[in-house]
Amino acid sequence: MILPLRLEALSYRHIILPVSLEIAAGPSTIILGANGAGKSVLMRLMHGLLEPTAGRVHWRESDLQRVRRSQAMVFQRPVMLRRSALENVAYALALAGVHGAERRRAALEALDSVGLAQLAAQPARTLSGGEQQRVALARAWALHPEVLFLDEPTANLDPGATREIERVIKAIDAAGTKVIMATHNLGQARRVGDEVLFLDQGRLVERSPVSDFFTRPASAEAAAFIKGELPWV
Amino acid sequence: MTAAARAALALIAGADPALAGIVALSLAVSLSAALFATVLGLPLGAAVAVGRFPGRRGVIVLLNALMGLPPVVVGLLVYLLLSRAGPLGAMGLLFTPGAMVIAQTILVLPILAALTRQAVEDAWAEYGEQLRSLGAHRLRAALTLLWDIRFSLVTAVLAGLGRALAEVGAVMIVGGNIDGVTRVMTTTIALETSKGDLPLALALGFVLIALVVAINAGVYLIKEAAQRRYG
Repeated sequence: MILPLRLEALSYRHIILPVSLEIAAGPSTIILGANGAGKSVLMRLMHGLLEPTAGRVHWRESDLQRVRRSQAMVFQRPVMLRRSALENVAYALALAGVHGAERRRAALEALDSVGLAQLAAQPARTLSGGEQQRVALARAWALHPEVLFLDEPTANLDPGATREIERVIKAIDAAGTKVIMATHNLGQARRVGDEVLFLDQGRLVERSPVSDFFTRPASAEAAAFIKGELPWV
Repeated sequence: MTAAARAALALIAGADPALAGIVALSLAVSLSAALFATVLGLPLGAAVAVGRFPGRRGVIVLLNALMGLPPVVVGLLVYLLLSRAGPLGAMGLLFTPGAMVIAQTILVLPILAALTRQAVEDAWAEYGEQLRSLGAHRLRAALTLLWDIRFSLVTAVLAGLGRALAEVGAVMIVGGNIDGVTRVMTTTIALETSKGDLPLALALGFVLIALVVAINAGVYLIKEAAQRRYG
């Protein structure tokens, strides 16, 4: 177990202002905010892709190798290698030290769980955007991470593909992986999330359960954001 | 002029042995140089692309500048290295095809290294976060990127080969343009033209242009096929 994750006075230039919080295993966490609020940067700091300017990211596990191996991330734009969908998933397993027949089996199983087993042999870059994102999810899921970071995974997708991605994310959540997802889509936050971290201009303004956040936001910024995104509410 | 062209075509059609020998030596020297430059230049370019070391910017500027290295200057440097009084004079390589391979390798290496560096760096910008997220260390990531951009690299290698086949200054100086030993297409064209033997010069000119066009057609087709197949 690498969770809980603790951020201690973490900051990054002027993009993330000092934030301290703890994220425990269990229900999924949504990082919500407008474009430029710092969602992606906060997520990259947590995942270790960026070094904080000050403060630190503290996992319960002290073995850095294990911390690395126990988390995965899916990006807004899926990055597919020029090889088949199956080999894209197998590549991640190879890096994680899975070998031989087991690697192939696990990769196929992961593709099957995102509903793409029939496209396993297809070159990944020739798949549609939604399919590529599902391959990216399969690639992350195949590693059975304890924590899965998702950075606006459906921002470039149509509603049908978005529904499919959300279905997979819920399945991953149900299978016991801690989902931490950045989005600016309120509908998605409501459909997928259990608690909301609301960011505004690099500041963590509010943290509350999804239902409370939408019905009675505690901060003026959150209220304005909800009103702006859903003017008919 | 038309008589010379007709005689040139007759030489090509008849597979004139002197002509064939010159073309074969040209290909052997330039293909070897392209091969050595590939073996050295691809890892070098990839290392500069993903590596973080002091003086990296200087190396990049140098590599890019060396792409435009004048062949005669390379010829002169290799000549000084290999001449009897030079540091490598004892090897007795001057005025042999070996010396020509060395000179062309030096000429092509910066081209391959610089083009590889650019291609790998672009790919790193696209894939870097994902590969780091998956836990790939730098060497593994560099190899993954090289394989992923293999079709762009083929283009770079063929560009280097074209450059080697078409240059005249370096092989002229270090090869000496010795009949039957170090005479290649470009040096023969230069010599025969000044002697007034236009048919052989023209025939070699046709072959050289055909080769360069074929190489570029190959580049285009490979790119297109790869784009269709792998996206």
